[in-house]
Amino acid sequence: MSSHQISVTINGEEHTREVEARLLLVHFIREELGLTGTHIGCDTTSCGACTVLLNGVPAKSCTVFAVAADGAEVTTVEGLGNGGLHPVQQGFTEKHGLQCGFCTPGMMLTSKALLEENPDPSEAEIRWGISGNLCRCTGYVNIVRAVQRASELMKENSDG
Amino acid sequence: MAECRGLGHSVQRKEDARFIRGQGRYIDDVKLPGMLYLDIARSPYAHAKITRIHEETAMAVDGVAAVITGKTLEGFKLAWMPTLMSDQQMVLPVDTVKYQAQEVAAIVATSRYAAADGAAALEVDYDPLPVVVDPHEALKPGATKVRDDKDSNHIFHWEHGDADGTEAALAGCDTVVEQKMHLPRIHVASIETCGCVASWNPVEGHLTLYLTTQAPHAIRTVVALVTAHLGLAEHKIRVISPDIGGGFGGKVPVYPGYVLATAASVVTGKPVKWIEDRSENLQADSFARDYHITAKLGSKKGKVTALKLDTVADHGYSDAAANPSKFPAGLYHIATGSYDLANAHVSVDGVYTNKPPGGIAYRCSFRVTEAVHAIERMVDLLARENGEDPADFRLRNFIKPEQFPYQSALGWEYDSGNYGAALEKAMDMIGYQDLRAEQAEKRARGELMGIGISSFTEIVGAGPSKTFDILGIKMFDSAEIRIHPTGKAIARFGTKSQGQGHETTYAQIIAEELGIPPEDIQVEEGDTDTAPYGLGTYASRSTPTAGAAASIASRKIREKGRKIAAHLLEADEADLVWEQGKFYVKGSPDRAKTIQDIAFAAYTNHPQGLEAGLEAISYYDPPNLTFPFGSYICCVDIDRGTGQVKIRRFVAVDDCGVRINPMIVDGQIHGGLTMGIAPALLEEISYDADGNITGGNFMEYLVPTAMETPHWELGETVTPSPHHPIGAKGVGESATVGAPPAVVNAVVDALWHLGVRHMEIPMTPARVWDVLNEHGAAATR
Ligand code: FES
Ligand code: FES
Repeated sequence: MSSHQISVTINGEEHTREVEARLLLVHFIREELGLTGTHIGCDTTSCGACTVLLNGVPAKSCTVFAVAADGAEVTTVEGLGNGGLHPVQQGFTEKHGLQCGFCTPGMMLTSKALLEENPDPSEAEIRWGISGNLCRCTGYVNIVRAVQRASELMKENSDG
Repeated sequence: MAECRGLGHSVQRKEDARFIRGQGRYIDDVKLPGMLYLDIARSPYAHAKITRIHEETAMAVDGVAAVITGKTLEGFKLAWMPTLMSDQQMVLPVDTVKYQAQEVAAIVATSRYAAADGAAALEVDYDPLPVVVDPHEALKPGATKVRDDKDSNHIFHWEHGDADGTEAALAGCDTVVEQKMHLPRIHVASIETCGCVASWNPVEGHLTLYLTTQAPHAIRTVVALVTAHLGLAEHKIRVISPDIGGGFGGKVPVYPGYVLATAASVVTGKPVKWIEDRSENLQADSFARDYHITAKLGSKKGKVTALKLDTVADHGYSDAAANPSKFPAGLYHIATGSYDLANAHVSVDGVYTNKPPGGIAYRCSFRVTEAVHAIERMVDLLARENGEDPADFRLRNFIKPEQFPYQSALGWEYDSGNYGAALEKAMDMIGYQDLRAEQAEKRARGELMGIGISSFTEIVGAGPSKTFDILGIKMFDSAEIRIHPTGKAIARFGTKSQGQGHETTYAQIIAEELGIPPEDIQVEEGDTDTAPYGLGTYASRSTPTAGAAASIASRKIREKGRKIAAHLLEADEADLVWEQGKFYVKGSPDRAKTIQDIAFAAYTNHPQGLEAGLEAISYYDPPNLTFPFGSYICCVDIDRGTGQVKIRRFVAVDDCGVRINPMIVDGQIHGGLTMGIAPALLEEISYDADGNITGGNFMEYLVPTAMETPHWELGETVTPSPHHPIGAKGVGESATVGAPPAVVNAVVDALWHLGVRHMEIPMTPARVWDVLNEHGAAATR
C-alpha cells in the first residue's frame, strides 16, 4: 500500500501526516486527528453525516480520499464556533433542530454553506439545500426553522 | 425565587450544548489504548452448508490478529445465544447459514482497514441449500425446513379474544368488509449504526462493554446469564451506553457483533471495537413488521360490531422479537382501536423463513402499528360500504368520553380519552369540508386528490408487573435523586435517551415536584455501575415509567424535607404547606424554608432521630399502561403521469396527556410523522426467490429527505392519564403508529371512484402507476 505525505488545514490549523493512499478523509479527521464531531452514517454517500466544508464547499468526507485533500482547507463542526457559537449552532439550539445529534454536525455545515451562498433562502430552497443530509429524528421542520433563525442572526450580525 | 420551569415549559435542551459543538460521545468515538478492530465476513447465500472456512486466507492479511468462527465459539458454548422470545439465534454458524448477510466469521486486526481486508480475503466454501422466503410457502407441507432443530417452520400460534362470539357477531352483521394487507419488512435505520467496544480485564476478571443499547441494565443481566459458565458474574460486568445516535427499537436486541467483540477481547486480552456498516445494519440487524394480515370488520345498522384479524408473521430464521415475555405478538390486541365494539378475535402464526431474525418495533410499542394499520384501513372501508363519510362514521363509532376507563373487547382497560374532540379539531384545522368540495371539483376535471384519516389509540408504557416482564425481570423503571448541600441535584435513571431529551425533561419533572430549576439538576443514564436498575427506553415507556419514578422519588424527598423544615421553623409538620420550592407555616407565608435551605440543613443541621442527607429512589411499577391517541388527516395529490404521491398537507392532533416540554413533544411528533410516512411511501426490505436482499443499503432503502417530508401541522388536546403521577402518557411513537394508514386512506380515497379499494405499502410511484394503469387512469402522452 503506497503512502503519501499530506498537509491539510483543518479549522485553521495545518496538519502534516504520512497516510495510506486509500485512507478516507473522514477517517483522517476522526482517527488521525481525533476530531470525532464528524460522523459516519452510511457506506453509499447517501446520508451526509460526514459532511465537512472542503475549501468552503460541503463535501461528504466519506467519499474523499485524504490525499485528495492535500493542501485544502477543511472546516469541521469543531471549527464552526470560533470560541462562541456560530449563528447556525445558535439556530439549531433555539429551534430544536436536533434530537440525537448524530446528523447535526453535517447538517449545520451544509446549512452554513447554504446561507453563505443564499443569505435569505425560502423554505423550498432550504429543503433542497439540505436534501443530501438525512435526519431520522427531527422530521426536518425544526431544521428548516433553525436555518431560518440562523439566517436572521447572520443578518443581525452583519447589520450590527 | 427564580421561576422553576417545570411542566409545560419549552425549556431549551441541556444536551444540545455538546451536540452542536461536535462533542457528543457516540460509540465510534470511544477509543481505548491498544484497541483492536473487528470486522465480520458474511454469507452471500440465504441458505447453505459451510463446508470449509479457510482461516489462513484472512490470517495472511497484514495486521490480522485472529479469526473467530462458529467452531471457536462452540468450544465456549457460545455459538448460539437465547432470544427474548425463548428461541435461540446463532452468534456464528457452526455448519449452516440461514440468511443472506448472516455473520460467518469475525476478523480481528490492528486497524479498521486491516480488519475489513481480512474479512474480504477470507475464503469460505459453501454448498447452497433450497431457500424459502415466502412465509405462506413455508407453512405448506413439504416446504424447505429452515431450522434443523425444529419440527416445522411454524413457530407459534397465538390468539386472543372470543373466536366463536366474533364469528357469530360477524354473521349477524348487515355489512362486512374483508381485506388482506401486508406490512412489509422495514428497518429503523437510525443514522448511527450499531456497535460496541468490549474491554476485558483478565487480572480483575472484569468486562466493560460500551454498547449502542437502549436497555443497558437488562443487557448486563443477559450477558451475566449467558456467560456464567465461563466465570463472568454480574458485578464484574459494566455496560455503558454512551450518546446514542437514534434507536427507535433497533438498539434493543443483542446482536452477534456484540458477543463477537466480547469474545475477541477475551481471546486477545485487548479492547476490541466493532462498528457495523450501514449495509450490514440494514441487511442483518433486527427488522420490524412483516405481518400478513387478513382482516374482517362488520357493522350492524351503521354500528361497528365485530373485528377479526388473522395474521401470518414472518420472523426470519429465529424468533428474535423484542416483546415482553408473555406477548409473542406484542400488544397487537390493541386492534379494536378507538372504536366501541363488543366482539373481537385476533390470531398470529409465527413462521420461520430464510431471512434475518427480528420482529422488533420501528418506533412503536410492540406491534401496535400493525394493529392500528389494520383497524384504520378497515374502518375506512366499512364507512364507505355503509355509504358514509369516513369522518362521520368514526365520530359515531368512537368510544365516548364518558365510557372511560373503558374495557376493550380484547381485555385492555383504556385509561382516558376524548377521541371525537381530537378528530373534530383536526377537521377544523385542515378545513375538511372545503377539501371535500375541492376534491369533487378536481375529480370532475380528472385530477386525483385524496383525503385520509387515521384516528389511532396507542398502548404504551409497559408495563404493570403482573403481566409485563422481560426474561422474568419485571418492567418497572427507576429514578434515584440526590440533593446536594447547595440545593443542586443529580438524578439517575434506568432508561436511556437516544435523542428524546431526557436530560431536560426528567429535570423538568423534578423541577415541578421540588422547585429546583432544571439547570441545577444533572441527569445521568446509561452506566450500569451508577444508575439504578431499569428496563430501558423503548415502547414510549420512559415518561410513563421512569418519568413517574422521578415524581415519586421527588415526593419522597419532599416528605423528608417537610420534617427538616418543621425542625428549622420550629413548627409542627402538619402545619406546613408545600408550595413549589418551599414549605411555609400555614397562615404565615413569611415563615418559610426553601428546598435549598432544606437541602443545606439536611447535611448541616438535620433533626435528631433523622438520618442526614436528602435523597430518594423509586422503582415505579405502573398500575396500568397509558393510551395516547390522536387524529391525523392527510391530503394527497397524485400525478397521473408518474404515479407520484405528494403529501400536500398533513394535520396531526395528538393527545399524550400532560405535556412536559411542548417543544420536545412537537419534535417527537415531527420525527414520528416522518417515520410514519416513510413505510407508507418509500421504505421496504424485500427478497427475491433465492433470498437475495433488495433494500439493503441507503441507495435502495429510501429514508425520507427534507424533500419528501411535508411541513407538519400540529394540534393538541390534553386528556391526562388518571393513574400517572403527573398525568403524562408518552409520545415518542404516536405519530409513527398513527400516520401510515392516514396516507394509505388518502391514496385510496383519491382512487376510489376508479374502483380502487386498497393499496399495499410502500406506495411507490411504480406501484401507484401500475394501479392507475390497471384502472385506465394513467396519463399517457
Ligand atoms: S457517511 Fe453517509 S454520506 Fe458520508
Ligand atoms: S437528530 Fe438524530 S439523525 Fe438528526
